[in-house]
Amino acid sequence: MRTITYRDALREAIREEMRSDERVYILGEDIAGYGGTYAVTKGLFEEFGEKRVKDTPLAEEIIIGTAIGSALGGLRPIAELMTMNFSLLASDLLVNSAAKFRYMFGGQPRIPMVVRMPAGGGAQRGAQHSQFFESWYAHIPGLKLVMPATPYDAKGMLKAAIRDDDPVLFIEHELLYSVKGEVPDEDVEYTVPLDRGEIKREGRDVTLVTFSRMVHICQQAAEELAKDGVEAEVLDLRSIRPIDLDLVLDSVRKTNRVVIAEEGWKYYGTGQGIAALIYEHAFDYLDAPVGHVTGKDVPMPYAKSLEKAALPSYADVIAAVKAIVPARTLAAGAR
Amino acid sequence: MAIRDIALAGLTREQLLEMHYQMTLIRRFEEKAAEEYSLGRIGGFLHLYIGQEASGAGIISALRPEDYIVSSYREHGHAILKGMEPRVVMAELLGKATGCSKGKGGSMHMYSAEHNLIGGQAIVGAQLAIATGLGFAIQYQGEERVAVSLFGDGAVDEGAFHESLNLAALWKLPVVFVCENNQYSMGMAVTKAWSVASLEPRAAAYGMPYARVDGMDVLAVRDTMLAAVAHAREGEGPTLVESNTYRFRGHSQADPAYYRTREEEALWRTAKDPITLFETRLKVEGVITDEVIGEHVQKADEVVEDAAKFAEESPDPDPESLYEDVMVDPRGAIAWRTKQGSPRD
Repeated sequence: MRTITYRDALREAIREEMRSDERVYILGEDIAGYGGTYAVTKGLFEEFGEKRVKDTPLAEEIIIGTAIGSALGGLRPIAELMTMNFSLLASDLLVNSAAKFRYMFGGQPRIPMVVRMPAGGGAQRGAQHSQFFESWYAHIPGLKLVMPATPYDAKGMLKAAIRDDDPVLFIEHELLYSVKGEVPDEDVEYTVPLDRGEIKREGRDVTLVTFSRMVHICQQAAEELAKDGVEAEVLDLRSIRPIDLDLVLDSVRKTNRVVIAEEGWKYYGTGQGIAALIYEHAFDYLDAPVGHVTGKDVPMPYAKSLEKAALPSYADVIAAVKAIVPARTLAAGAR
Repeated sequence: MAIRDIALAGLTREQLLEMHYQMTLIRRFEEKAAEEYSLGRIGGFLHLYIGQEASGAGIISALRPEDYIVSSYREHGHAILKGMEPRVVMAELLGKATGCSKGKGGSMHMYSAEHNLIGGQAIVGAQLAIATGLGFAIQYQGEERVAVSLFGDGAVDEGAFHESLNLAALWKLPVVFVCENNQYSMGMAVTKAWSVASLEPRAAAYGMPYARVDGMDVLAVRDTMLAAVAHAREGEGPTLVESNTYRFRGHSQADPAYYRTREEEALWRTAKDPITLFETRLKVEGVITDEVIGEHVQKADEVVEDAAKFAEESPDPDPESLYEDVMVDPRGAIAWRTKQGSPRD
């Protein structure tokens, strides 16, 4: 095992898959000479050249159109959108073409395509550069959508996504790129499935269901809660569509309490969808209403203090847990 | 008349007659489809190609089987011209399991991997972006194919048109962009929608060759396309072709076309009918007779009746197929699953 950044893990995944499969290529804005806005693709142009590392104009629709068309023509594209915010300019092709073709054309075409995009807030990038739209895309049958939280998962899931024969949206939190974590040595081949979550921390009192950067915040919160005698189980969903619902339901049946923590907006989003599934399938196991920690219901403000207030915090997670764990658990912890 | 000589010289009598038959076939097919629609056997929208036969026949006759076409929702004629059996096209119109898209696509979503028809696309402009991507795959893999995007005059006002033309020109992709300009994007006349009178300045904006052709003259269309396709195949990059044509019916079968005059329609239908024009030409050249024309109509009617019978007698899709083919990975098709098995919502 080595310790590398999330950014380096992603680059390794792309490099390894490009080395092993000639059909894999990457395209996007400033991914070649510039090395990618977040330096994920740095050095790949030097290794693979102009044919396989394609800088595109600032034109999200044709980036995705090229990816889809070339996938239909036999290639395995990895498209980078500079941020998820710009994916809306290409959202028609993602929703109406990538997600629909296989079904509406009677199972004939396949679209082995990965679309990578950074998302999320916390770096004072303002209202138009700090958003999560994963629930919009996760709503669509025909797409896979994953949001790994660690370098290990980033590498393993990106390799799996590149090898997958369906369109996969791969969402990276901007603040995770420099996060370090353990990853197997370069000669150790591994992938991480695109449809399985993971228990990051076991606990008996409450289940924290989360994904992407909030996984790290929930892990910190769980450590703090343990000091008060509350043992939180932290689940990293890793994949939003399909969702590993067994993992969630098994944990809820054990702890009988659940808090969902996400960075996006509350209403009609990913967390509410998961809450509805929990109520539908584990209602009788619940000893308290499902708790929900989210970003505030406002466009992201710029000022540091306001942005901090708009984002869900570690304290919010602790408060949400304490609101639903019984007083006796907290009292026992205090003793 | 250099074009005429080259075009006629380039095709044998048999090829010319086959071209006439194909044009007759796709017209009779659409007339039958209109009948099936009026009987309630075809649902949704039905956009007919009647009046535009010379455009499609000329375009597709310039292609090889391995060349891709990516079309619009007005694609029944393109599908048949590209080699699809009228039976599977009609069965798709009737939503039957034997349709090319297993009854899941309908009129606007014909597809054939075998014939390299990459869809009827019902989001205007998508066919340009998809064709650009196919062009990139061709170039990347060193293939000798060409990708042809077929779209109407409405598509050129979409953002995808500009993004596609720019990238295809920038990367010199083997793509031919063909605007089948039938003068109206639904009810909007080209003259009211375009800030310029033709597509020439739009092609110039991307440094791309432009060719305008009478889309009612099948041989002229073929000739123009042969040049554009050769240009693309030789690695010289894309061309924007404007084929001027006219749909004799409304935008769809639900459209009474109140936005245009009956006089205008009559003029096109009588003086510019592409099949009549071609017949006149072939008669002058001594290629066809009224008797042969009659035989072609009769044969086309037989094929179309057979297609309709096949479609009507074909089974509806199996209810179980509702959940099939959402994705390649059947486990990934459904948003979630439990140990009890994948629920179907």
